Amino acid sequence: MLGRVRPGRSAVAATAIFAVLAAIPFVDFEIPGLFNGLLSTPGTLQLLALCATFAGVALSYNLLFGYTGLLSFGHALYFAAGIYVTDILLTRYHWALAPALAATLAVGIALPLVLGAIALRVSGIAFAMVTLAFAQAGSILVLDNPGRLTGGEEGLGLDVTHIPDLLIGVLNTRYLYWIALGYLLLTFVICWWAVNSRPGRVWQAIRENERRVEVMGLNPFAFKLLAFTLSGFLATLGGIVYLLLLGGATPEVTTANLSLALLLMVVLGGAGTLWGPALGGALYEYLDFRLLKLSSSSQVASLPSWLQAPLSQPLFILGTVFILLVFFFPGGIAGITGRMARPTRSPTAGTVADVPPEVAR
Amino acid sequence: MSTVILLLVTGLGLGALYFLIASGLSLTYGLMRVLNFAHGIFLTVGGYASWWIAVRLPLPDPWRFLVALLGCLVVGAIVAAAVEVGLIRPLYRRHIEQVLVTVGLALAFTALVQGTFGADPISYPAPAWTQGVTQLAGANIPNSRLLAIAVAAAVFLLLSAFLRFTRWGLIVRAGVENRAMVSALGIDVQRAFTLVFALGGVAAALAGALGALYFGNIDPERGTATLIFAFIVIVIGGLGSFTGSALAAVVVGLLQQFMNYYSSVYWGFSAAGDLSVVLLLAVVLLWRPQGLLGRSVG
Amino acid sequence: MSTPIATRTVLEIKDLQVYLGESHILQGVSFEVPAGGVTALLGRNGAGKTTTIKAILGLVGRKGSIRLADRELVGLPTHEIVRLGVGYVPEEREVFSELTVAENLKLAERGTKPRYDLVFEVFPELEQRRAQAAGSLSGGQQQMVAIARALLNENQIILVDEPTKGLSPLMVGKAASALKRAAEAATLLLVEQNLQVARTLAEKVVVLDEGRVAYTGRVADLLADPALARRYLGVGGSR
Repeated sequence: MLGRVRPGRSAVAATAIFAVLAAIPFVDFEIPGLFNGLLSTPGTLQLLALCATFAGVALSYNLLFGYTGLLSFGHALYFAAGIYVTDILLTRYHWALAPALAATLAVGIALPLVLGAIALRVSGIAFAMVTLAFAQAGSILVLDNPGRLTGGEEGLGLDVTHIPDLLIGVLNTRYLYWIALGYLLLTFVICWWAVNSRPGRVWQAIRENERRVEVMGLNPFAFKLLAFTLSGFLATLGGIVYLLLLGGATPEVTTANLSLALLLMVVLGGAGTLWGPALGGALYEYLDFRLLKLSSSSQVASLPSWLQAPLSQPLFILGTVFILLVFFFPGGIAGITGRMARPTRSPTAGTVADVPPEVAR
Repeated sequence: MSTVILLLVTGLGLGALYFLIASGLSLTYGLMRVLNFAHGIFLTVGGYASWWIAVRLPLPDPWRFLVALLGCLVVGAIVAAAVEVGLIRPLYRRHIEQVLVTVGLALAFTALVQGTFGADPISYPAPAWTQGVTQLAGANIPNSRLLAIAVAAAVFLLLSAFLRFTRWGLIVRAGVENRAMVSALGIDVQRAFTLVFALGGVAAALAGALGALYFGNIDPERGTATLIFAFIVIVIGGLGSFTGSALAAVVVGLLQQFMNYYSSVYWGFSAAGDLSVVLLLAVVLLWRPQGLLGRSVG
Repeated sequence: MSTPIATRTVLEIKDLQVYLGESHILQGVSFEVPAGGVTALLGRNGAGKTTTIKAILGLVGRKGSIRLADRELVGLPTHEIVRLGVGYVPEEREVFSELTVAENLKLAERGTKPRYDLVFEVFPELEQRRAQAAGSLSGGQQQMVAIARALLNENQIILVDEPTKGLSPLMVGKAASALKRAAEAATLLLVEQNLQVARTLAEKVVVLDEGRVAYTGRVADLLADPALARRYLGVGGSR
């Protein structure tokens, strides 16, 4: 089932990049304009850690959407589950860390498994809407604060009694940074393995032409469910890391906006490539952070008021960028560079001629 | 008993709003196979346009409200047509990209409204009679609910008549089945797309204006929040089925209203209605994936 | 049947290329359809016959040149091509099952004078079943609707794709005589697997093989030569 996996040049490049990233807390390096001060300061490390976490979560969504072609609008649910389940167990029930993590990971497998089994009964647009509905249910549940568990609108601060001292405190940000990086590395490796393995090839075949997969005697449903569960599990894992980084949970992570943002990240980076969505996720988180600062900065305040209104809203810029992206760079960042490298496809590939004529339906 | 009547009517009122926003979605999806995530912005446009006109018009009620209503319908139609021509049409047949673009538009537009008018709900100058109640079998029914039901019923009848008796309605009905064949008969299907989009925009704008009466205010997020329920409605009703969306809207509205009330009375938990709607969706999918009135996927 | 002297060409196809995904379905198809009568488009399954029809209508992306009596069709959208006078009877009939027979016909109306008298003369049964939902019709009756749609308007050419597929022998006869009527007023380009029907209706034949034109000539000549017929059509001569 594993198939032959051949590490090549890209593996060497990836290892080198991760090594460099891991070394950041040790070096005195500045990137003025992009980051305030040295890269090794706790503030910057925190931001980098958040970027790494989002990169990993984006990769998990890429597994579902980019590789298998399943457009889910509710991926944030599994991310939020990782955050809230861990938080509730540690803070409301005062569990120790290890059992809390184990329970969360179990939820990370069971939840997407069950919901996926229902949602995959339909496909295409209906599937997208069902996943959205499930995520919305999660959001409602969190906001409604049943039994005072979730903290409702105000969120739930994390009780750190059972968290090892190594992970608490500003000075120890580097350890959280390495955990986030470790998470990114893990999702990267799993995605890379998955894509090159037999299930991974079936996923890509499903994305291209599901009927053909059936004809080959395989059961697409089982493979789709596997992709759904694995990607949900990885998102839950990312949620745990995110919780540790932020020290609390807020209901924003359950909203449709975050699921849509994940979609944005993956398309921005380039759906179906390996490093594209990771870059997209990191870039999105970075932009989100910086735009917040930009919108309250003096430069924006000096603009005429009709310009100020939209520019003060990060989502406006992101939404507009997204639209422009879809029109002019449908392959995302990875697509731009990919196209420059390999311009050998049939002249009508990607055009109307490619779409099967609808007359024989 | 009067409680049941009240719940019945308010549930139908909620269903009316859902139908208004779902009907456009249903036709758009059926004809164009586009999931228009930006459909919620037509509701927002309707709410804010009717408010903007109403506060500036020195007319007495009910004329002020009626003019504002008409104005928001025009704005809704124009915005919808612009979205179709500018964003959807250039991406013809690239369905995933169409969905993505509407997602971006929804995010950007909601943020724009938020930036221009603020994130807080703005109270709506409702005509006095809509704030009153009517006695019905011992229950005090808010008139805004009755208005919503009446309007939704009228829209349902008008749209049904349009589909049944006009040439463009014929084109839409045929196109929902097989749009390539419609163009192979010499008909410009693209114009039908714009028409359907505009109709959907008008219906959603209506929902926005009526929703403003219903809730007493307008806010930037309501479009997206209602849209999610509209999605659930059209999946339960059957994608592409106009009557299905009407039926499902009624069922969902009633279910939500009854469950929310009884759960908050008996269990102190007020969101059971919303959750049971999602549960209904799951049940329908397990039992009949094509929806109540949808066609079996061949 | 004596061969009419072809005075003009109604359809001229030059170097037609069609890709579906990564497959190069039509690799440079060139042929002419003379005005008047019926030209058969034959070939084995997968040779590209239906794709050619769809390419003429613009239902698939195509490169090359397709001229309809001096109008270039490549680059025009489907509905404009059809409005130039191209009728279409698709392979799967594609009638709208939720609409009535009358509504199906109404939708097909193009000009100011739809020829209902002609349609109901050829298909009296359709007049009786006007209010019936097309989805409840039998296969043969649906085929009548499909042909009637093309008869309703004046066309320069009618593209007919396997009209007798799946029909009972009685219906095959009816369809063939209806098409004969149609051929009196318009040129027909007929894709057929039923060689008997092709021989009865058509004079000229164009044979496709693996995305290219392999043979053009008279139908009678092709079917009289078993080796040729077997090579291009996968069958032995006359059936």
